[in-house]
Amino acid sequence: MRKRWLIRARRKGRDLKPVADRTKALGPRSLLLFATLRNEAPRLPWFLKYYRDLGVEHFLIVDNGSDDGSCEYLAAQPDVSVWRTEASYKAARFGMDWMNALLRRHAHGRWALVVDVDEFFLYPFCDTRPLRALTDWLDDAGLRSFGTLLLDMYPKGPVNEHPCVPGQNPLEVAPWFDSANYAITRNGRYRNLWIQGGPRARGFFADQPRAAPALNKVPLVKWDRGYTYVSSTHMLLPRGLNLVYDTLGGEKASGCLLHAKFLATLGDKAAEELARGEHYAGGREYQAYAATLEDRTDLWNKWSERFINWRQLEIMGLMSKGNWA
Amino acid sequence: MSARLGFVMLVHTALDRAAQVARFVAQAGSPVVIHVDARVPAAQHARLTAALADLPDVRFCRRHRGEWGTWSLVAAMQTAARQLLDDFPQVQNVYAMSGACLPLRPIADLATWLERHPDTDFIESVNVADVNWTKGGLSEERFSLWFPFAFKRRKWLFDRTVDLQRLLRINRDIPDGIDPHIGSQWWCLTRETLDLILRDPMRPHYDRYFRRVWIPDESYFQTLVRLHGRKVESRSLTLGKFDHQGRPHVFYDDHLQLLRRSDCFMARKVWPGAGRLYDHFLTPREGSVSDAEPQPSRIDRHFARATAQRIRGRAGLYMASRFPVKNRENGKTAEPYSVFQGFSEVFQDFEGWLTAVANCRVHGHLFAPHKAEFAGREKVFAGGLSDSATLRDYNPRAFLTNLLWATRGERQCFQFGPGDTQGKGFDLLWFMAADSNAQISVISGAWAVPLYRSGRDFAQIRREAARLQRIEMQQLEILQSPHVRARIRIWTMAEFLENPAEPLHMLFDEIAPHSQARLIRIPDLVDLSGFGSFLQELRNQGMQPVLMGDFPLGPVSPDPSHRMK
Repeated sequence: MRKRWLIRARRKGRDLKPVADRTKALGPRSLLLFATLRNEAPRLPWFLKYYRDLGVEHFLIVDNGSDDGSCEYLAAQPDVSVWRTEASYKAARFGMDWMNALLRRHAHGRWALVVDVDEFFLYPFCDTRPLRALTDWLDDAGLRSFGTLLLDMYPKGPVNEHPCVPGQNPLEVAPWFDSANYAITRNGRYRNLWIQGGPRARGFFADQPRAAPALNKVPLVKWDRGYTYVSSTHMLLPRGLNLVYDTLGGEKASGCLLHAKFLATLGDKAAEELARGEHYAGGREYQAYAATLEDRTDLWNKWSERFINWRQLEIMGLMSKGNWA
Repeated sequence: MSARLGFVMLVHTALDRAAQVARFVAQAGSPVVIHVDARVPAAQHARLTAALADLPDVRFCRRHRGEWGTWSLVAAMQTAARQLLDDFPQVQNVYAMSGACLPLRPIADLATWLERHPDTDFIESVNVADVNWTKGGLSEERFSLWFPFAFKRRKWLFDRTVDLQRLLRINRDIPDGIDPHIGSQWWCLTRETLDLILRDPMRPHYDRYFRRVWIPDESYFQTLVRLHGRKVESRSLTLGKFDHQGRPHVFYDDHLQLLRRSDCFMARKVWPGAGRLYDHFLTPREGSVSDAEPQPSRIDRHFARATAQRIRGRAGLYMASRFPVKNRENGKTAEPYSVFQGFSEVFQDFEGWLTAVANCRVHGHLFAPHKAEFAGREKVFAGGLSDSATLRDYNPRAFLTNLLWATRGERQCFQFGPGDTQGKGFDLLWFMAADSNAQISVISGAWAVPLYRSGRDFAQIRREAARLQRIEMQQLEILQSPHVRARIRIWTMAEFLENPAEPLHMLFDEIAPHSQARLIRIPDLVDLSGFGSFLQELRNQGMQPVLMGDFPLGPVSPDPSHRMK
């Protein structure tokens, strides 16, 4: 099974044409970030700043046919390597084959963070300790992967009334989240948890909860060339990497991926992505968004919580310090 | 005065930080002998020696190849200590530290403090028979088995040799006169004691024994000090906490205040990237010597809390890194809650009454088939829970645990009944019945009251009554099983109505213990004047309603006093 994904990744990896390859300069301990994107120019300045501030040392990015200048912008950054492909996002298993290919080539023996451009990684003490402190601690503890909850953030008021200016922190526009409506089951096959819920489940999937998007992610992994992501960053092979949770009552250290998806661009994005038909399950998700966003749904309610910092999320039990004190 | 205190420093990583610390110590006038692990590349070693070349009292000793848990670390310590004693005859106390240690107070403070404790050896040394904190499952076996393989590099061989020796009941002879003690390897010994240990004529014999002990660096000096020390004070002057797997907790910039207030002399281990800590504690301070006593307890509590969170977690929390298997939850739910079955059926506006008299959140039927009846019938409730029945029924147990987690600090009460979602195989009730936070009170048979009052077609009523009775019978079976941990009370409807005030009083005392003295009017009962004949009619139609108890055919007259004491 794992072999099959690896071979597939190698094959799909040939789609990628280097635009700016600066990976020669990578050190043995470089902290890497991997992402696939398409037409995300307005989000890029803040995205790069956020992760540079955390201590990411090099960005390895697949540009899937952007025509808004994303590719040129990225290629001009000194700490970014860009590959470009016009191939089908869907045929590359929603970009995962490309990610696996790049990870295999460049991340072996290094810590790699795999995120989307609208996901912001939060870990315990991220305001006082750089990412290197976390990876050093994980190394010392003999841990190879670090789990998170994908926490959907939304604005107050109809989503399409909240534009995000380029370079602006999207969390200023969409600072709200749901604190305790996440349902968890265990996936026996891959041993990962399957978490669903949040505003997307209640706002768009109340009638078909099974179809609600998965919110469990393992974005930070000490990579080995034998590893492979199976479905987005929700699960990995070998399966042991998915055991980022404790089953005997204790709490392992974990983080959150703040997901700033619900911004004014989503309406356009949903229409565009629907037309392309390149997304998971026939773009089921985007169909639901397009339908609901047209009637100006407001995801906010009086129980919505406003994001302050990681400590708040820790107290609410959305992430945990575990024994990292 | 600092010249009478010498340091032995073991270094294997982050050499630049070690150099910084060595310089700080040497500049205070204390000699240092550094042992650099033989695995450190020559170039790095050369950089370190060059960086400290201007300090004559920093010396480097012969290098051993260090491997965690093995004799090599003791050998390194012996070599460095011997050199320190020989090269610096004025040294009276020897402090063992690692390159990841950071002095939290001026060296002069420590030197003065040691002057005030003459002839005392500070070394954590606990009889191995009495320890409970060894991690990794081995305590006495560290001394009675052989350990030829390194734990970290050859884990499998290590484990198999332990298994094999257990099987063969291997029991090594412990040398005469030795009583194994263990403790932290970061000690501070007097010259006399250390010299006696190193010059002991029996030393080759002891060394041969300890070579095959597991983690001898935590037991060699700790054991031998009991032979030679005059006054052993069993504690380490180095502040260092270990987690549940025996790994040292690491200090970062955000621990600055905690470390400052501890008044400890030395901390281990410090993350090499903690620039603020190094800057702060290695900046020479003005002022006189402080006499403050070390107070590690605050830091102890800080890390003890973290270990508890890792091991036991927070009760009632289910999240991305905590998903306990059944019965390992350490608390299935976050807080106590009350489940009422049949109360809103026999009382008029039971919800409204309970809301008014008890300080808690009272919901309707949270698991009603059409939607979750939140208090005030809100569409979304605490934590962002939706009232959608499909969403709730997708994982009813998560719905309940989420609600109780999100409303910590406020007691939740809700109505339940055989007409509600039960979950797959009565999963929900099993969960609540096994939860010590649950208070479940049932008036059995009360589900018939709404049927009686519905005025629907009797054939329909009969079918529905049979269905609800079947479900409630299964519920009662669960509630009476030997596995329950909830506080469960069950009355038949007939029993309950004989004197409704008393059970209500009792439940109320549990929910709101502080308002028991208040006189509270119990809510009015619904009109049950024709209920007896309704039940008879069900019987006449061939159904057997049994859960109500012996209900009189005529009208009931409840206790006239309608008042709680």
